Amino acid sequence: MSDQAVPVSGAEVKSKLSSDDWIMRGFIVAVGLWMVLTVLLPLYFMLSKSMQDHDGNFIGLTNFTTYFSTPALFYSINNSFFIAIVSTIITVSLAFTYAYALTRSQMWGKGLFKTIALLPLLAPSLLPAISFVYFFGNQGIIKGLLGGHTIYGPIGIIMGEVFYTLPHAMMILVVALSTADARIYEAAVSLRTSTLRTFFTVTLPGIKYGLISAIFVVFTLVITDFGIPKIIGGKFNVLAVDIYKQVIGQQNFEMGAVVSVVLLFPAIAAFIVDRIVQRKQVAALTSGAVPYAPKPNRLFDGLMLAYCAAIAFIILSILGMAIYASLVKFWPYNLTLGFSNYDFELMDGGGWSSFSNSLRMALYTAIFGTIIVFTGAYMVEKAKGFGVARGAVQFLAILPMAVPGMVLGLAYIFFFNHPDNPLNGIYGTMTILVIVTITHFYTVSHLTAMTALKQMDPEFESVSASLKVPVHRTFLRVTVPVCLPAILDISIYLFVNAMTTVSAVIFLYSTDTSLASVAALNMDDAGDIAPAAAMCVTILFACGGVRILHVLLTMGLHKRTQAWRVR
Amino acid sequence: MTSNQTAQPYLKIEHLTKRFGSFTALNDVSLDISEGEFVCFLGPSGCGKTTLLRAIAGLDIQTFGTLLQGGRDISGLPAAERDFGIVFQSYALFPNLNVEKNVSYGLVNKKTPRAQIKTRVAELLELVGLPDQGRKYPAQLSGGQQQRVALARALATSPGLLLLDEPLSALDAKVRTYLRHEIKHLQRRLGVTTIMVTHDQEEALTMADRIVLINEGVIEQVGSPTQMYREPRTLFVADFIGAMNQLPCQITSDRAVKIGNLEIACRTHELPIGSNGVLTIRPEDIVPRGLGGEGQNGRPDTAAAGASIDVTVGEMEFLGSFWRAELSGASLAGNKLEADVSINAVQRMDLAPGKNITIELPVERVTVFAKPAAL
Repeated sequence: MSDQAVPVSGAEVKSKLSSDDWIMRGFIVAVGLWMVLTVLLPLYFMLSKSMQDHDGNFIGLTNFTTYFSTPALFYSINNSFFIAIVSTIITVSLAFTYAYALTRSQMWGKGLFKTIALLPLLAPSLLPAISFVYFFGNQGIIKGLLGGHTIYGPIGIIMGEVFYTLPHAMMILVVALSTADARIYEAAVSLRTSTLRTFFTVTLPGIKYGLISAIFVVFTLVITDFGIPKIIGGKFNVLAVDIYKQVIGQQNFEMGAVVSVVLLFPAIAAFIVDRIVQRKQVAALTSGAVPYAPKPNRLFDGLMLAYCAAIAFIILSILGMAIYASLVKFWPYNLTLGFSNYDFELMDGGGWSSFSNSLRMALYTAIFGTIIVFTGAYMVEKAKGFGVARGAVQFLAILPMAVPGMVLGLAYIFFFNHPDNPLNGIYGTMTILVIVTITHFYTVSHLTAMTALKQMDPEFESVSASLKVPVHRTFLRVTVPVCLPAILDISIYLFVNAMTTVSAVIFLYSTDTSLASVAALNMDDAGDIAPAAAMCVTILFACGGVRILHVLLTMGLHKRTQAWRVR
Repeated sequence: MTSNQTAQPYLKIEHLTKRFGSFTALNDVSLDISEGEFVCFLGPSGCGKTTLLRAIAGLDIQTFGTLLQGGRDISGLPAAERDFGIVFQSYALFPNLNVEKNVSYGLVNKKTPRAQIKTRVAELLELVGLPDQGRKYPAQLSGGQQQRVALARALATSPGLLLLDEPLSALDAKVRTYLRHEIKHLQRRLGVTTIMVTHDQEEALTMADRIVLINEGVIEQVGSPTQMYREPRTLFVADFIGAMNQLPCQITSDRAVKIGNLEIACRTHELPIGSNGVLTIRPEDIVPRGLGGEGQNGRPDTAAAGASIDVTVGEMEFLGSFWRAELSGASLAGNKLEADVSINAVQRMDLAPGKNITIELPVERVTVFAKPAAL
């Protein structure tokens, strides 16, 4: 009679969800919907636009046929690949040597050289292009060095791209090179292996994944970059600029969508390879590794110092030239210095208000972006069960990396400006600029958050559940404080990128919401190159200031929390 | 549930099965645990012992089967709705909260008055022997101290069930031995029903009231430490707990086996005559002849009336309080035995490698199991 109370062993146990489970699943669904609205649907609208005529009728692949039978258009594919491949080879070679000097030598001033190599991150990509105009342009001070070739074209683009992508490659390679295991090198030495053989049999295989990753990151950055070829590309067309020309110049949105789809392919291919490589890299690290410490070697250290000094000098000259040019009254006839170029109210592009717009936009992006990204990452990492939804959100979080800024911006026009979209009220507002910027830089932020969360003890949530403490309390009391350095990193990353980005926002600003980087581009377009330089320099200093603030905050935080941080 | 049942178990596990995809981690596990008992789940890594603990906690809910705690069906309940405290191998102390705040973490949530929380925290820290460490952060404590803070935090809300997931394996040997006694003592004092997962047999033997030995998702044997050691029911248990000699043999009767031409008397068994078996005897149960009136471990010589075998002493390994001697001989048919001999006995018999001696295998210490198919 009592046996009936006991369920038959054949029936699968139905687990009851706790209120924590419901909350976390609710958040995952919310973040998932957000990603669908900000990534998936816009991309879908863009894809369907590429198969429509002017009146919105479906015409299949006709637009693509037109594209590939117009040499002026499809030559850009060759050009884009040429620029991307050459820039990648140069950047990765330079960055590798630089990173090698920073990690494997005992040269002087490593911290200083690392900081200098990171400076390009603080400037919009327009800045090196403008500097090169002053160096090598028609009235450039050292244009003779080009031997009669023009800077307006592939040479200028490649030089600009190398400057702009160098810090990205260097950061990846520094991480790869500093995770070396000293014991393997000691083993090589004890087996009397030559330095060269050690390099090829130990060093290179050890950083294989970092190297491949650097190559694909640089390739993607270059092929999707818009600012540099726009300023200095001259008649040399590349895909990203073609989208701009089709949309802004000719109001041909359908062809813009076609070029976007064409540009999406190499970006997605590079992205997929990079993801596969990243996945393999995790297994390559062992916990028992002993960090490698380089030994002093006068000749080698001296050579490395000379190399780094040369690169640092070039970086500083490029930045310095932009600053100098922004202060010169009238290049090259009146070289007296002053701030007249900073009087943006006299120029096209929205004046100083575009700068304050940029600051506001960057601030909102940093605040809301960090909250969305970190909360989303937490739920994806720590929720129990719900595997399909978690996997879907994880995929959608990684996807934006593969979408070039121009493509994302154009997709937003198609989606948010659609008359039937209930959200079209945000079109032309600050809100859409913030949303597109958060989305554009979502992936790196998300991965940073995931890395920090994966270092947390997975049993914190189990302990909380056993103590009947709701998950949101543990999130705020423990997870957020412990992950604060990563949270600061994410917000600074979002802020700086929001300040410097051009590509994602170029289609979406309105007269009320003009941004500093866009203003610089427009001033350059109108021939006001010195004010454009001045605007870039203003952005550079704003980002530099915020970066210094970040360092101080991090230091203060470290001091306050060193009692509980292990080591 | 019938109400007239007298000694109802506190925790009743019935036909529990856990699958991860096509892999079965636990297969039809049933077990009763009484109130106030200290039970150890013991087994090699990957045997399913942690899976069973996590199912009891509701952290990874089982695929099939029922769990009753204090008469309440908790089979499908989430962890937050069950009644337990847990200590993990990593301790999972919140690094940014000091010891006091870690211990009071679950109390604050219960809306307990502040003064009462303070008293309770002081009481708990006293209990685990860390009365003055409340202001320190986990990173400033040693591993053993962190472990005790984790214990205090788990006990703070006075749970009905304490779960310990390999709580001592991250500590060095000395601290481990010390904390074994501490935890056992604490558990007796509080009378809290406790389940500890461990892969360390010594830990299980010294601490548990009952050991549950798990292998490949199935319970091999449940019993007190002495039962597990003295009366292993399967070859796996015999092999896993303590040191054990294992010799292939042929079953000749229900009380004897044959190794080569040598017949050895053993405990009564039910294996089919003529089949292949494995003879087992612990190294300390082998009795060297010629020690006078008493066996080396204080057993009267009469108990050792089993087979006597002529052997040669091989290598001898010094293990501190005794010697472990390797023995071989023509009658062992190429097999070797290990015998533990006390230091005294070695001196008295002048035992050294190469020496020929006679040993006895006491009948009551010789157990025979069926030969496992896979070997």
